[in-house]
Amino acid sequence: MITVGIADLNIARAPDILVTYALGSCIGICLYDARMKLAGLSHIMLPSAAQAPNLANQPMKFADTAVEMLIHKMEAAGAHRALMKAKIAGGATMFSGLSNSSIANIGQRNTQAVKMELLRQRIPIIAEDTGKDFGRTLLLSAEDGSMRIKSATKGEWVF
Amino acid sequence: MSSYDELNDIHIDVLKEIGNIGSGNAASALSTMLDRKVDISVPVVRVLDYTQVTEELGGPEELMAGLLLSLKGDVTGMIMFLLHKDFAHMVINTLTGMELENVGVLDEFSSSAISEVGNIMAASYVNAIASLTGLVIDITPPDVCVDMVGAILSVPAIYFANMGDKIIFIQDEFDKQEGESKSSSHILMLPEADSLNTIMTKLGLEF
Repeated sequence: MITVGIADLNIARAPDILVTYALGSCIGICLYDARMKLAGLSHIMLPSAAQAPNLANQPMKFADTAVEMLIHKMEAAGAHRALMKAKIAGGATMFSGLSNSSIANIGQRNTQAVKMELLRQRIPIIAEDTGKDFGRTLLLSAEDGSMRIKSATKGEWVF
Repeated sequence: MSSYDELNDIHIDVLKEIGNIGSGNAASALSTMLDRKVDISVPVVRVLDYTQVTEELGGPEELMAGLLLSLKGDVTGMIMFLLHKDFAHMVINTLTGMELENVGVLDEFSSSAISEVGNIMAASYVNAIASLTGLVIDITPPDVCVDMVGAILSVPAIYFANMGDKIIFIQDEFDKQEGESKSSSHILMLPEADSLNTIMTKLGLEF
């Protein structure tokens, strides 16, 4: 298993598995090229790098810059953008009553930003488990591109 | 100061002392509520990566109850309580007199009991700092969440993400011995960089 940390990304070939733990309002973005059996996983925290010019050196933190970086990394390993399919999970609202404007709805804003970026890159989203109010651990299999989600109290399921 | 990396040893000592006073107050409030003795450890101030923090608390998937309160007024930022599941159990059972089966699914009554505990502890913590510094600090009512600690901490992590990869924790551990079992909770005080400046200046330290 290859662990992807917060604001981190990585790729794996079959039969390896990529894992990222305890996604809260962050999003796990899975990309998969079924022909090459090559998987990529990114764990982003914030929607857009454009809003934080002082963090230009941390592209893996933001939806827009991380997706692009992950695609390039997969292409460098032999994957084809035209064959890539995406699955996404996370973007939960962990604290519902949070009134602090800068992070209210951050899960939702992250989800939107990820979808926008994938649309811009013309990568179809074929499965999604976003929103709600619980944390998710995400496992992406490079063997078949399946995305397994584990929760703390609600069990686990596969996309 | 724009980044926590610029803190020196004197600043760290001041923050520890703040943690000490704050948590001493919070512990005696808790002790009164539970009508039992509550031990506290010496607070630890650390500037850490989020990943390191979750590792220290038992790994990202550890089930915990998290209470989040925002700081307002002269000092802005967050206070977070993290209760290990046994500790949350003990608090709820003591306060409500009910035997809670599964802390993963808190009913409304248990949830409001635990958030009241958080509210009183945070108010005691903050009042101690306010009277020490002469600053006005308000807290918002707590928000409760029982989940993987990594997911709970993603909220402050995102909030402070604009300041870089590091996060400052003034961490106090509350221990309550009960027979063989040891359960604990943590208070994390997460001041914004500007507010750290304010606190330091009030205490006569140049930043």
